Amino acid sequence: MSLLNYTLRIADSSLISAQRLSGWCSKGPTLEEDIALSNISLDLFGQANGFLEYASEIDGSKSADDFAFKRNEREFYNLKITEQENGHFGDTIARLFFCSAFNFLFYTELSKSKDETLSALAAKSLKEVKYHLKHSKSWMIRLGDGTEESKLKIQESLNSIWQFTGEFFEMDEIDIQMNGSGIGVNNTSLKSSWDKIINETLEQAKLTRPEDTYMQTGSKKGLHTECLGHLLSEMQYLPRAYPDAKW
Amino acid sequence: MNEKKFQEKIDLEKKIEPKDWMPADYRKHLIRQISQHAHSEIIGMQPEGNWISRAPSLRAKMILLAKVQDEAGHGLYLYSACETLGISREELVQQLQEGKAKYSSIFNYPTLSWADMGAVGWLVDGAAIVNQVSLQRTSYGPYSRGMVKICKEESFHQRQGYEIMADMANGTPQQKEMAQDALNRFWWPSIMMFGPQDSDSPRTGNAMKWKIKRQFNDELRQKFIDQTVGQAEVIGLTIPDPDLKWNEEKGHYDFGEMDWDEFWSVVNGNGPCNIQRLEHHKKAHSEGKWVREAAKAYSKKQKSTETN
Amino acid sequence: MAENTDVWEVFIQSKNGLAHKHVGNVHATDKEMALQNARDLYTRRNEGSCIWIVKSEYIVSSESEDGEAFFDPSNDKMYRHPTFYTMPEGSKNI
Repeated sequence: MSLLNYTLRIADSSLISAQRLSGWCSKGPTLEEDIALSNISLDLFGQANGFLEYASEIDGSKSADDFAFKRNEREFYNLKITEQENGHFGDTIARLFFCSAFNFLFYTELSKSKDETLSALAAKSLKEVKYHLKHSKSWMIRLGDGTEESKLKIQESLNSIWQFTGEFFEMDEIDIQMNGSGIGVNNTSLKSSWDKIINETLEQAKLTRPEDTYMQTGSKKGLHTECLGHLLSEMQYLPRAYPDAKW
Repeated sequence: MNEKKFQEKIDLEKKIEPKDWMPADYRKHLIRQISQHAHSEIIGMQPEGNWISRAPSLRAKMILLAKVQDEAGHGLYLYSACETLGISREELVQQLQEGKAKYSSIFNYPTLSWADMGAVGWLVDGAAIVNQVSLQRTSYGPYSRGMVKICKEESFHQRQGYEIMADMANGTPQQKEMAQDALNRFWWPSIMMFGPQDSDSPRTGNAMKWKIKRQFNDELRQKFIDQTVGQAEVIGLTIPDPDLKWNEEKGHYDFGEMDWDEFWSVVNGNGPCNIQRLEHHKKAHSEGKWVREAAKAYSKKQKSTETN
Repeated sequence: MAENTDVWEVFIQSKNGLAHKHVGNVHATDKEMALQNARDLYTRRNEGSCIWIVKSEYIVSSESEDGEAFFDPSNDKMYRHPTFYTMPEGSKNI
């Protein structure tokens, strides 16, 4: 069912991003940044919840929590970039920056969707994502143009996460179908705008855009990196350990 | 002369503000108390943060994350209030990491099951609220205003915890067992949050004279117990104190003797999580050093280009 | 190792039309960070429509001891308060 699958892709990327970011709680480089990252995580959980509720409506029997806690690794459709481990602060910021830039462009388009629910969810998410982009962009610049050490670290972060950025712009049969019916976004068309945001920021940050090499793919078919399994084991533990319990 | 005017202000329930004259001991006492309160909020993020990744529903996860975020915010308000007394946050953090400043001992206990999220919210935040409501009337202006703000935000914390306990007590037998177990482990440490008995508390005299403290430890402890016993009964859980009994004559609950050995032991550094909590804090701080340095370096560069 | 960051005082306007109110301070190394930190710390419950941040070092305060000279004279000048005047019975809109 295309609409369900399409909605889950968006929900899953938000959910997994949020789960990763929440891991910074009590570990931030400053208290203020601890709060900032938790805020972003909360926004993303809220977005995930919105899209999962819609998925639940489309599905007719599973609840949002069922989708979050009872699907296995091959049934998740989040982009691979979102499931990568937090690493150090630079790794997280690089990931957040790339994802926020994409989400900003994606939700701008999705808010024009013929599907009223997706359009409304996108409009709401867009407000929050604008802030995520601003926040992560500021940090890219501070780290890139800070100390020698920070420049080296953030450059390394960029280099290692670059391979996951190809997935943003893929179009498979479901994307093509959704876009054709005016519901979904043409991801490929977002690339040049995304490049513009990235290039402008990297220039300000005095960083180098990584070379395009192997680009990861497969998340739309439920093919993930080894990270996702561990993340789900932790996230889903309680409902799976106590299947009869309501929480 | 200054001392007399100062005490007059206190007696008239006037607030002391940062630029007012104050006895050195008043300032010292406040720095110690406010900073330890702030440290408690920050360290308190750890036992609860422990369960964010494993929260069993989306709603529970968001609520818990928002709650822990609030704790960080409360820590910031309090560090902010403390800084008005002429000490920097960096100094305060150093005192914490060197073991020179303390934080509330309750956070030296581990959170072993999801039900602990219920127990902590219900009992630990509940006890904190009793203390903080009283502190809203503290004599030092910035501390008092910080307390008012914190109290407004804190009541959702306690409700969140109590709701978890209620739902679990009303759930499957395994959930009920988990909830009772959490109550069994957190009851006495929560009672101990109110500190030593007033007879064993050397600083209470000045604290009350200067209206830093508005009510006695034993009084606040009694208040908390009186309001909580009924809450446990409503949800069908048993408080682990065989001596707990309503005293009709006094209009309060009689309760059992606390283990003061355990209390002093944990306060003095020998609790299950003392080492772990500080190590976690130090690790986060040292791993973030390069980030803080980068931000400062960047800011310096901007300033120099602005003046050129 | 001292790592003192700048301290910024935060003023929030909770609703359009109201005056900004002091709510506390934040630590930040640049004004953008200060604004964002202030937003994250002080407006989590929709308490704000506009934020001002000012570096603490730029705040000038009257001294407490000046209190009498600075503020008391206006205590005597009750004619600045509308309630000082008796209006004729029945007069409206004044």
